[in-house]
Amino acid sequence: MREEITAVSAEALVGEAATLKVLGYRLVTLSCTEIDADTLDLLYHFDKDLRMKHLRLTAPKSEAVPSISPVYFAALLVENEIQDFFGLRFEGLAVDYGGTLYLEEEAIKTPYCRFSLRTAESADGPAAPGLDESAAPLSEGAARDRKIP
Amino acid sequence: MRKTVIPFGPQHPVLPEPIHLQLTMEDERIIEAIPNLGYVHRGLERLADIRDFHQMIQVVERVCGICSMIHAACYCQGIEEIMGIEVPPRANYLRVIWSEIHRMQSHLLWLGLFADSFGFESLFMQFWRVREKIMDISEATTGNRVIVSVNVIGGVRRNPDPEQIRWVLAQLEWVEAELQRLENTMLEDYTVKKRTVGKGVLTRQQAYELGAVGPTARGSGVAQDARQTGYAAYGELNFEPVVETEGDCWARNKVRFRETLASIDLIRRAVKRLPEGEVRAKIKGVKPPNGETVTRVEQPRGELLYYLKGSGEKTLDRVRIRTPTFANIPALLAMLPGHFLSDVPVVTLSIDPCISCTER
Repeated sequence: MREEITAVSAEALVGEAATLKVLGYRLVTLSCTEIDADTLDLLYHFDKDLRMKHLRLTAPKSEAVPSISPVYFAALLVENEIQDFFGLRFEGLAVDYGGTLYLEEEAIKTPYCRFSLRTAESADGPAAPGLDESAAPLSEGAARDRKIP
Repeated sequence: MRKTVIPFGPQHPVLPEPIHLQLTMEDERIIEAIPNLGYVHRGLERLADIRDFHQMIQVVERVCGICSMIHAACYCQGIEEIMGIEVPPRANYLRVIWSEIHRMQSHLLWLGLFADSFGFESLFMQFWRVREKIMDISEATTGNRVIVSVNVIGGVRRNPDPEQIRWVLAQLEWVEAELQRLENTMLEDYTVKKRTVGKGVLTRQQAYELGAVGPTARGSGVAQDARQTGYAAYGELNFEPVVETEGDCWARNKVRFRETLASIDLIRRAVKRLPEGEVRAKIKGVKPPNGETVTRVEQPRGELLYYLKGSGEKTLDRVRIRTPTFANIPALLAMLPGHFLSDVPVVTLSIDPCISCTER
């Protein structure tokens, strides 16, 4: 990537975002990628005068990540989207849809996870509060071969 | 005062696509709006797992019909950056020309729908009549009216000849004259102003802080347009964004109207400088994408962002799409409080919501 990427910890994330806001950066969006069955890669994209800056957070799926929506209200929808599609829980969301921004109760619960897809049938208990429940991991090969349901 | 919750959408005469706003009212005034999405989500990003990086062009073109060409251009631009492919100059200029044609048909579609949202049916008909000429241009130069499918990794697949380009310029002259005839009505008519001036005001500060993009941000004085980054051939065309400062529905209307005329100007400039030569770089033998990138272009509704990641295989690890309507929803939530219920259709339409993009 051409632009600057800064690695951040979960503890430092909200502080870094607040600093960028003071410096006049606009939040563009977040991108989430599943690295393996236990870990997600979160990229926070910011822009100022058409120059982008990115914060990178490597987050274990089992732990909640602090929401930056109290700092940047615009993060509200994308954090809820990641919560729906990857099962990562965000703490302190301005409006928390509890995993149902896009998904219905009976839908697949982490449809964008390649290595650890969790369906409503395979999940124990209700989906929305159970977002942080561990999922049965698929092998890398099986994840690649699996067709989208 | 007692509060009432009123659902606006997912089905509403003014909405071509389903979105639901949960409006909390005090008497006739809105005090809060909460969006509900997910009625037509298709999970297209996940198709990257089973479609190779060439086939994904056809997938991203179907994120949104109205701006299919620009989705594909953005995706190809990102893949070309990861793979280190240099696009021929003529292909870059043709991408600009087709992008502006797409912007015009999208803005004309919106101008008609916006007129319809406040009941000005004859104006709706006039804008859609003019739009037909743009659709003819798309069909003649690409073979399709909506999903034009001209982008490939390394360039474009069509190469209009000089005769076709002269014909395009002649059609644009007709479009320009027709738009000038409609300008006074759309921007100065008493009924249009009555329904749009002072409605859905978004301040410059709010627009920036809420991450608004495109005409929604530029109508509030934020002079930001991804074309200023100079992607494709925009860097050689002295591009200047169209900006208004009032921040209301009328200002967003003015931005889109003026941008439609500015697109004609950009096409003329691009044609004037259109270089000769190849339109497609050879990529045979180049290894599949290995790396990651963030790439941006300007869609009719605003900044479009793609995050692409590949690990040297035919399928990509991640295709992440941030569409402009998704970025403009928080701004819409800030515009609505304080307004009457009867203003909701006009204010909602003023961000040019594309739910197909949002529910990619």
